[in-house]
Amino acid sequence: MGPLSESTDTGAEPTALASDTLRESIVDALREAIGDDLLESHLIPNDDLWIRVAVSAWRRTGEALREQGFDYFCFLSAIDWLPSPFGRGEDDPSAEPDEAETESKEMTQGYAGGATRFQMFARVTDLRRHVGVTLKADVDESMVVESWIPVYAGANWHERETHEMFGIGFAGHPDLRNMYLPGDFEGYPMRKDFPLLARMVKPWPGIVDVEPMPVDDDGEEAESS
Amino acid sequence: MTMLSERQQLSYIASQAADARLNVELETEGMTLNIGPQHPATHGTLRIIARLDGEQVIWAEPSAGYMHRGYEKLTEVRTFPQVTSLINRIDWLGSFANEVPFILAAEKLMEIEAPPRAQHIRTILFELSRIANVGLFLGDLGVQMGAITPVFLAFRDREYVLNLIEGATGGRFHPNFDRIGGLKDDLPQGWIDETRQVMKKLRGFCDEIEDLLFGNEIFQSRTRGIGVIPADVARQYGLSGANLRASGVDWDLRRDQSLPMAWDKVDFKVWTHPDGDSWARCWVRLQEVRESTKIVDQLLDTMPAGPVMAKVPRIIKVPEGEAWVSTENPLGEMGYYVVSKGDLGPFRVKIRSASFNNISITPWVLKGVYVPDIITILASLYFILGDIDR
Repeated sequence: MGPLSESTDTGAEPTALASDTLRESIVDALREAIGDDLLESHLIPNDDLWIRVAVSAWRRTGEALREQGFDYFCFLSAIDWLPSPFGRGEDDPSAEPDEAETESKEMTQGYAGGATRFQMFARVTDLRRHVGVTLKADVDESMVVESWIPVYAGANWHERETHEMFGIGFAGHPDLRNMYLPGDFEGYPMRKDFPLLARMVKPWPGIVDVEPMPVDDDGEEAESS
Repeated sequence: MTMLSERQQLSYIASQAADARLNVELETEGMTLNIGPQHPATHGTLRIIARLDGEQVIWAEPSAGYMHRGYEKLTEVRTFPQVTSLINRIDWLGSFANEVPFILAAEKLMEIEAPPRAQHIRTILFELSRIANVGLFLGDLGVQMGAITPVFLAFRDREYVLNLIEGATGGRFHPNFDRIGGLKDDLPQGWIDETRQVMKKLRGFCDEIEDLLFGNEIFQSRTRGIGVIPADVARQYGLSGANLRASGVDWDLRRDQSLPMAWDKVDFKVWTHPDGDSWARCWVRLQEVRESTKIVDQLLDTMPAGPVMAKVPRIIKVPEGEAWVSTENPLGEMGYYVVSKGDLGPFRVKIRSASFNNISITPWVLKGVYVPDIITILASLYFILGDIDR
């Protein structure tokens, strides 16, 4: 093949499906591969797909999906679902806490449910069928998840970052050194209970943006045209 | 190892053989070479630690993080409209392109769409960011291999593009122009004609670079067959953009997903290359700049009239939900996973930046290469430090 060869794909254009049979078939195929370890799925037709699996099946899920064509690794990270104990940090730290804010301090998980504070989430894509899927798994108290490196080599740095930022361990990862922070740094910055110290010591000047806006005569919030 | 060209197979076998030889035959004392963090060839503060045996690299590991700014944490204390001023500093050479996927994700959660004219202008500015970004890469490429001239041409012609971006947005590097629901402003008068002129100049620039650099024998011998990445490895590491297409994978998010942007209204070609070496990566980028100028031209011809801002509440609260949107940025796939709890600001934003994945392959690809090739391979993978560290 010469260097000037052109793309060979004749174009499997993404087609709009009425009931999104494509994504439904992905869930079915994965359920066949890992059985009851597929806990829950959330599907927005013709848009996106979320699947939550048991944490014990994390690597098996990756392997199964890779075999089914999802061989493009997009990213891997974690979410801390704890509501931030510091509020949004935009207000004056010396002010009284807003009552409405303290009421909504219950922990809720997002799409595809879950029960734990920390959740793994990762995304893989099938480049032939033009479809991606977001995987989730609840991280139990051991705070250790199987490493994905044998499945997707690119998970290496993503797992290092997740370990550094959330304190989640990865069984089978050869080298969980810090990427960003000094080696002796204490704490996990992306956890919600890790304060953003710059905001703690001084109110942010951007606070002006969230001042109440002027209201119309009928008390409605003003809308921009 | 399927579907490799002969050249790829040979160089793959050669690198494997070099590996084996290193392990068995050469028992010389190794040496550790530190490149960076302050080194002209690293585009910023990336440090590369390489174990050498003679001239050959046995093991190499980039050490990132000298520029970590913690954007994922900072987004959690910002409101949605404030986030754009942060994230357009991720890849600072193509900054407008960083704003787009985040805004699209927020719009997806709010179930609003920008008016057609705004989508058009967004796409034009997006492609201009690509030209400014990749155009500089094409010039910088020469410097890595000792050719000084291309970089002057690149800076000269990038200036035209930056002037256009400044004319439309008011900012040369950090436009902060994208808004939830549309754009801050319409285009200024005379901008469209000027853009047509600049696109013509830019095509001339591409021809010049192709002549000067890609036709150069030294450039070819420094890049051909060097740093070969087969397609299956590229996919496993999540390489994206030109790096992925240079390995023969025909994948471009502008064409292969539907977004409320104007790419589906224009004809453009997605260039791929079967070789997967440094030369292929540079060559695909050159073609991409050409395609971008054509995309801009077509969009200027079909610009719809109308408002550039949809009706949105003045205080933006994004409904509860999760959304993932990624676009084909100058460096590759850039995406935001946005989790909202119905608040003024996001609950969690995962920033998937292209360079992070693109550079995580370096320990694999640098194994067995010779010392001078470290620089050319890194240059051809093309990264922006802010895009690795975020």
